[in-house]
Amino acid sequence: MITLTRRLVGSRSDLAALLVLAAVLLVVMPLTLDIFRLNLVGKYLTYAFVAVGLVLCWGYGGILSLGQGIFFGLGGYCMAMFLKLEASDPVTTAIQSTPGIPDFMDWNQLTELPWFWVPFESFAFTLFAILAVPTLFAFLIGVAMFKRRVTGVYFAIITQSVAAILTILIIGQQGLTGGVNGITDLRTLLGWDIRSDGAKYLLYFLNAALLLACIVAGRYILSGKVGKLLLALKDKEDRVRFSGYDVSNFKIFVFCVAALFSAIGGAMFTLQVGFMSPSFVGIVPSIEMVIFAAVGGRVSLIGAVYGTLLVNYGKTAFSESFPELWLFLMGALFIGVVMAFPDGLAGLIRSERLRRVFGRPPLAAVTRTGALAARDPAPPAASASADAALPHAPTGTDR
Amino acid sequence: MTASSNTDFLLAIENLSVSFDGFKAVNDVTAYVDYNELRVVIGPNGAGKTTLLDLICGKTAASDGSIRFKNREITRLPEHRIVREGIGRKFQTPSIYENLSVYENLEVSYPAARGVFGALFFHVDETIDARIREIAESIFLGDCLDLEAGLLSHGQKQWLEIGMLLIQDPELLMLDEPVAGMSVKEREQTAELLKRICRDRAVIVIEHDMEFVERIANRVTVLHQGQVLAEGPMSEIKSNEKVIEVYLGH
Amino acid sequence: MFEGYTASEIGAIFAMQGFAGLSLFCVFLLMALGLAIIFGQMQVINMAHGEFLTIGAYSTYLMSVVAEKHAPWLMDYYFFLAIALGFVVAFAIGWLVEFSLIRFLYKRPLDTLLATWGLSLIMQQGFRSMFGAREVSPTLPEWLLGSWQLSDTIEIPINGLLVVGVTAVLTLAVFFLLFRSRWGLKVRATTQNRVMAEAAGINTARVDRNTFALGCGIAGVAGAVFTTIASTGPTSGSLYIVDTFLVVVFGGAASLFGTIASAFSIAQAQSILEFFINGSMAKVITLAIVIGILMLRPEGLFASRVRK
Repeated sequence: MITLTRRLVGSRSDLAALLVLAAVLLVVMPLTLDIFRLNLVGKYLTYAFVAVGLVLCWGYGGILSLGQGIFFGLGGYCMAMFLKLEASDPVTTAIQSTPGIPDFMDWNQLTELPWFWVPFESFAFTLFAILAVPTLFAFLIGVAMFKRRVTGVYFAIITQSVAAILTILIIGQQGLTGGVNGITDLRTLLGWDIRSDGAKYLLYFLNAALLLACIVAGRYILSGKVGKLLLALKDKEDRVRFSGYDVSNFKIFVFCVAALFSAIGGAMFTLQVGFMSPSFVGIVPSIEMVIFAAVGGRVSLIGAVYGTLLVNYGKTAFSESFPELWLFLMGALFIGVVMAFPDGLAGLIRSERLRRVFGRPPLAAVTRTGALAARDPAPPAASASADAALPHAPTGTDR
Repeated sequence: MTASSNTDFLLAIENLSVSFDGFKAVNDVTAYVDYNELRVVIGPNGAGKTTLLDLICGKTAASDGSIRFKNREITRLPEHRIVREGIGRKFQTPSIYENLSVYENLEVSYPAARGVFGALFFHVDETIDARIREIAESIFLGDCLDLEAGLLSHGQKQWLEIGMLLIQDPELLMLDEPVAGMSVKEREQTAELLKRICRDRAVIVIEHDMEFVERIANRVTVLHQGQVLAEGPMSEIKSNEKVIEVYLGH
Repeated sequence: MFEGYTASEIGAIFAMQGFAGLSLFCVFLLMALGLAIIFGQMQVINMAHGEFLTIGAYSTYLMSVVAEKHAPWLMDYYFFLAIALGFVVAFAIGWLVEFSLIRFLYKRPLDTLLATWGLSLIMQQGFRSMFGAREVSPTLPEWLLGSWQLSDTIEIPINGLLVVGVTAVLTLAVFFLLFRSRWGLKVRATTQNRVMAEAAGINTARVDRNTFALGCGIAGVAGAVFTTIASTGPTSGSLYIVDTFLVVVFGGAASLFGTIASAFSIAQAQSILEFFINGSMAKVITLAIVIGILMLRPEGLFASRVRK
């Protein structure tokens, strides 16, 4: 029991960080923001699910997926399909030539609900599908890729292509998916008006609680043997394989977990924002979500949340007043984080705290963040894992 | 593929070949390794020694021939299955997890919970803890269990990797140049360690240091241009003219 | 899907769509050549590669504006100058990018991916600020606009022929540069064994920089070529980036022949499918097939077997 608690919340400082985050999300934000702003924060937090998943699969697993929008989108679309069917009852849609089907289907001359929409009339099935469809899809991609040992840049490119394909498909099949506008005009969940202020408050708290649950689950995974194996994999994949592990299974697992988290985020997005569209599926949102995780610190579950909030706050603030400047800033953010702060916010805070306590960060603490040990006399130039490791050790390693 | 018969040997390699774009790195090699034997493989650079180990442990797929372990065909098994059959492999450059502590390196190598869900709910109990400490002791690292493995010296890293294999208790252990880059004292300790290790398992060692080879070997296999040039006890090999010409002479 | 067409009509469709596919093939190939050289050489994926195409396209546009205003006598020939200009501008900017950004990231290919994505955002916004969000087209010389009547049903546009010609010349030039020149020897030596190449006195940092710049320069030429088949906007190049990556990966990054073959098959498949089903589905099907094949042969179609 004690070990379980330790694995869920981590060390005392980890627990403190988690409690601070919980306090910020559950107390500070709701007390200081009006419902419009709070709803906006809720929307950002749905992206944080994706970022937390990326910490697992990219930060720890070394698997960079540029297609997390796929899973966010699939989760969101599953929820949106249910809500749309509820909003399209025969009475409300009586003016359509075929009442009882979603409006965009009617505009596209469909006269019958397509077969894959039918099960989404059931809420229980929808909940199941939100979790299962994206995870299963991730499982299929994972098996196809990792069993064939496709990793690194190739994996990134292929996930990106899948995201592109899915977007083109959704936009192209207007009658089935709502096309480029997506599925809009969602009103009620089981008769409960999700656009009312009360519903927005409730959904915000549900969203924040789910996010915290995902962080705790992520921490459980990372604190145990799987976490150590992922670090080991990133460093010396062959050694793990030749210790009797089927490496691909661990990669598939962590990729599926990341997809599952993203899907939950997607579903919560649909509920809080009231629509879902292909612009949250494709290449651009997928890679932006990677930068959320990178800004927070790619090996910090909690940092990912702050990173997401910070970047999105910046985006909203700037794109309202200086839309042109924002794209320059976003570009600079990508470059700056990668070049100067590969450990993101979490890295900054960690090294600052250590500097204050010890005068300079002790070596062991630095290497624990995932940086290569600086004392190694000749880091192998062509190391197979050179990719995922973070050779930029913070200051203090060069003695 | 050549059909092969059952043998009394632990490892039976028969007519094994592999070619890379036409170049035969290992060419029709046949060799047998007995239970509890310490076999040393020597040969000039490019003789195919490391490739031979790669073939046995499944890192490289054979073009032709068979490898049988305890009369079980392992030629086409994936790497992790070969390991689970009981074959451990140490790489030429120390291959350990630099970001994990010595203890964690051994913990991750402990042969339990190798599936994803097993690993998810795995925790170190007293038996495992005792085993990890015992192994650490035997590889001279009992005092630095909590040290980041990346901070170990080169020789200590080699030992740690050997320890990570020992904790899996393989029946066949393959070591690629285990004393390369070690000090004289470390070499002596390693020789002693190897002798202890091979009391209850077979060991294949690739080594260049002839003094070290003489100290440990039962039998020696000499590879040259991907083929077996000679095989026998060290005393015989030393006086074999072909071996002197291609390898020992210079 | 062939109902309602006679055999000769289908032949003509294939020939004409095939030729349309050839223009697409040329853009793919020129883009992919640069990308493949850079990726093969330093394992760097340049997400901003599409923007170098855009640079070439805008250079061509500027050239045509200048020629129209100040040197009407040049109008017939400016296009060749524009190709050279596209190359030079893209080469120079590529050189700067390598110097200020890429060289710090060689050991972290995944991070390069993110950094160059950021670069592409900046470049796109830069284009938007300089040239506006609307698409522009250079005024093409008269002779380029005609077409060549091959038979009653088959008609080949001249600009397509020019595009094919430029691509062929450039591909040959790249081949000779890489496989027959002293510089190419250095590039290949660096690719195969960086440490050894350094020990042999090759300035690998300079080789990297020039290789990167060359790759970008070729994308610049692709941009000039691009203006003859479509109009140019700030995001024109980025539309091609995913396809081009797949071309490179599909061909097996290290093989020049593989890149050509894969650019050809992807472009043709897309273009011929496009005639029978709508464009977006043609693209979906082509990309899905490519990914499917890549799952069977992850190292690409033309990779050779080596000891790893």
